[in-house]
Amino acid sequence: MRPLLSVRDLQVTFPSNRGPSRVVQGVSFEVAEGEALGIVGESGSGKSITSLALLGMVPKPGAVDGDILFEGRDMRSLGEKDLRAIRGSKLSMIFQDPMTSLNPFLPVWVQIAEVTREHLGHSRAQARDHAVHMLETVGIPDAGARASQYPHQFSGGMRQRVMIAISLACKPRLLIADEPTTALDVTIQAQILDLLRERRRDSRAALILITHDLGIIAENADRVLVMYAGRIMESAPAAELFRNPQNPYTRALLRCIPEAGRRDGPLFQIAGQPPDVSALPPNQCPFADRCLEAVDRCRREHPPYHRVGEDHWSLCWVR
Amino acid sequence: MSPAMAPDDFRLEERSSPWRDAWRRFDRNRAAVVSGCIVAAIILVSLAGPWLVRQYNGFEYDTLGLDNRLADPTLLHPFGTDTLGRDLLARVLYGCRISLMVGFVSTLISLVIGVSYGSVAGYFGGRLDEIMMRAVDIFYALPDILLVVILMALFDRSLGLLFLALGATSWLTTARIVRGQVLSLKHEQFVDAARCAGVSDGGIILRHLLPNTIGPIIVYATLTIPSIILAEAFLSFLGLGVPPPASSLGVLASEGAEAISVHPVLLIVPAVLMGIMLMALNFLGDGLRDALDPRAGRTQ
Amino acid sequence: MPETLLSVRDLKVHFPSRGALVRAVDGVSFDIAAGETLGLLGESGCGKTTLGRAILRLQRATSGEVLYRGRRIPEDARPFRRHIQMIFQDPYASLDPRMTVESIIAEPIRALGIAHNGGTRLRVEHMMEMVGLSKRFASRYPHEFSGGQRQRIGIARALAAEPDFIVADEPISALDVSIQAQILNLLERLRDQLKLSYLFISHDLRAVGRIADRIAVMYLGEIVELAPAATLYARPLMPYTKALTSALPAIGAAAARKRMVLTGDVPSPLSPPSGCRFRTRCPYAVAECAESKPLLVEIERGHWAACSRISPERPEIEAVH
Repeated sequence: MRPLLSVRDLQVTFPSNRGPSRVVQGVSFEVAEGEALGIVGESGSGKSITSLALLGMVPKPGAVDGDILFEGRDMRSLGEKDLRAIRGSKLSMIFQDPMTSLNPFLPVWVQIAEVTREHLGHSRAQARDHAVHMLETVGIPDAGARASQYPHQFSGGMRQRVMIAISLACKPRLLIADEPTTALDVTIQAQILDLLRERRRDSRAALILITHDLGIIAENADRVLVMYAGRIMESAPAAELFRNPQNPYTRALLRCIPEAGRRDGPLFQIAGQPPDVSALPPNQCPFADRCLEAVDRCRREHPPYHRVGEDHWSLCWVR
Repeated sequence: MSPAMAPDDFRLEERSSPWRDAWRRFDRNRAAVVSGCIVAAIILVSLAGPWLVRQYNGFEYDTLGLDNRLADPTLLHPFGTDTLGRDLLARVLYGCRISLMVGFVSTLISLVIGVSYGSVAGYFGGRLDEIMMRAVDIFYALPDILLVVILMALFDRSLGLLFLALGATSWLTTARIVRGQVLSLKHEQFVDAARCAGVSDGGIILRHLLPNTIGPIIVYATLTIPSIILAEAFLSFLGLGVPPPASSLGVLASEGAEAISVHPVLLIVPAVLMGIMLMALNFLGDGLRDALDPRAGRTQ
Repeated sequence: MPETLLSVRDLKVHFPSRGALVRAVDGVSFDIAAGETLGLLGESGCGKTTLGRAILRLQRATSGEVLYRGRRIPEDARPFRRHIQMIFQDPYASLDPRMTVESIIAEPIRALGIAHNGGTRLRVEHMMEMVGLSKRFASRYPHEFSGGQRQRIGIARALAAEPDFIVADEPISALDVSIQAQILNLLERLRDQLKLSYLFISHDLRAVGRIADRIAVMYLGEIVELAPAATLYARPLMPYTKALTSALPAIGAAAARKRMVLTGDVPSPLSPPSGCRFRTRCPYAVAECAESKPLLVEIERGHWAACSRISPERPEIEAVH
């Protein structure tokens, strides 16, 4: 069964004072229909740029290399016109901050209608009805009246629901959500993630969920990619990753998270800080300087991917 | 050495301070750098020029030469002489000096008034701010040139009075700009932190708010200087500019205008020079504004 | 019995807004003992940051008192700045971009007249070492540092005043996970080393649960539950706290809680619901909840809750049918 999305050896390079900076390197993964892939990483890990690359929206002067196949089509060979036909209809995105990604000057139904009129050819009346219907499915109370309101009249959680409505309006095959709940309170976050899960169940849309929050990944992803300094350090099914993490970075990251109520001994921490990708020497493991398990080889040669379990890969010399 | 205790050893790029970054940005702007050089050259020439002319040619800007009036350019008088036989080159160099002096001193006065007024209004806010800015609105409605004309006509014309009159009528926009900046900065966390550290209100304004406002202040100053020079030139045309025997470029232009049918060079030279100076100052101001963008400082 | 270091008595902070009143902090009281860390847990808009600022007198309080070692802190809190300090949330906004690290850390020393000029430089270097920053970076500017390092600078600045009480307002929220752990460890170490007391304000239950001795849960300007950290996490009494703890995703081996998802949005602080403010989202609400505002009552030893349906006799709230 052909995967919905297939990414091979993705590389994104930006020029810098020190020469080309590979903010994404050697990234390969697949997403099957209806599957939820979680991409987790800290700042500078390259997770957001990866999602932009999928949409063909990497800002200049970034250069993209590698294969991106969506529904079997080579995305990188498509012109802007074809890309625009796919964006918003088959492949759509939810951004982090709903305040800045919604147009403050347009009523919310118009913003939903924009996509459906563009991709589904709705008339104005059709689009409005569909927009109200979408607002209902994302749980906006009194949708008929609220459809004509403006973004600032909604709370943060409500605005994110509107964003979800926009992204689902044309029944996409793949939804990319970049930190969709980071700006929201914990109690609202739970609502939004539940909503996403339900809507996806109905529409069979696949999901790429990008976040720094391991907890969200644990509860919402089928498979997980752990990224650091532009590389995938570990990839595994979610349950397997949390039960049996192999890569030293993943293990260290999991140990960093405090457990409320537990106070035995100092909290584990990773020394140093995430690296400046432009300053990293290419022939060493990007995590070597901060890794407690690093050996000599880690600093002399870039590690390969190797299998550590069923569908479970790690970029490491040691594990 | 446990990770918790190790000093954070990280590789920093070459040192960069907000000023150094601004300079780098400025340096990249060709027009601004060239204009800056032109302005610097004019300042230098206006300071040293009259003295050099006296050394080499032996006369000053006001040395009469009644037997050599309206002469054409020669080696001794590269720009010729005026209606009273005075060397035009010396007069123009001296005129530059006066024009620049009027521009800088008046701007300085307007800055002092405007910055103090604007920062007090913005910092303390509330009723005080409302009253102070309503006053500014009222002053804005008054025609500034007319006010200066009246002042200069009413009292004895002196250089000092001119500086004050021009400065006192151009501080309004500076006050507004500074107030705006102070208003937006005073709620920043680093201002709270300064308050926590026990810094007084005055200290906060002087050490935190104003240094972070310097960008717009410098930019506005560089754009005020040419407009004051132009205003003075206009006054000189009306005979109300710098009092004799001092003569600014405006005075020279006005004299040149009278003799335009017989000896056009008397008008052309000061006018062209003033044009170059004003243009250079404006480009410089633009370049400074781009370089000193208040949102400077990379975040990582 | 350790002495009470800080006392907050019925503190209220109200802002006029478009004709109405925003009751950001509406009658908060608690005590913090010397050496204790009180966590203040709440979501956005609950008033926790306003409360922290009001304690430091960076924000004018509408009514109520703050006492340090029994002495009232007046609106001009300058005499108390040597005892109470603050660590700010945003490492990118809390440092003056035009000042060097040395000037930033030295500012409280100079403004509060702590050391003579000759000794200031040494004290600054000492502070930098304490927070894990190499002293050779003293002449650098904030934008040259990462978020975690900037936060360390902010901590060094707070320590320079030699306080014994620090209000930490979301000190790690803006940082990466691996850096959060570093800064939490730093704060704990400094607390032990310098015998500090903290008011640790955060929306992050895990971080608060780790560093705090007791936790106060805040909702729409009021404290709704107060308990020792372990107890609050293991046995929350208030429906709101139950929702908060159950919303926390479980990672790895830890057992997932039964999720209690709240419906609806947080009401606007301009017009909070009558009676119990949480009743509009509470799955246990009954009609009486709208009538009277419940008081904070000690249900079990050291465990306080503000709910009309929870009492010492019936601590476990019962579902509504």
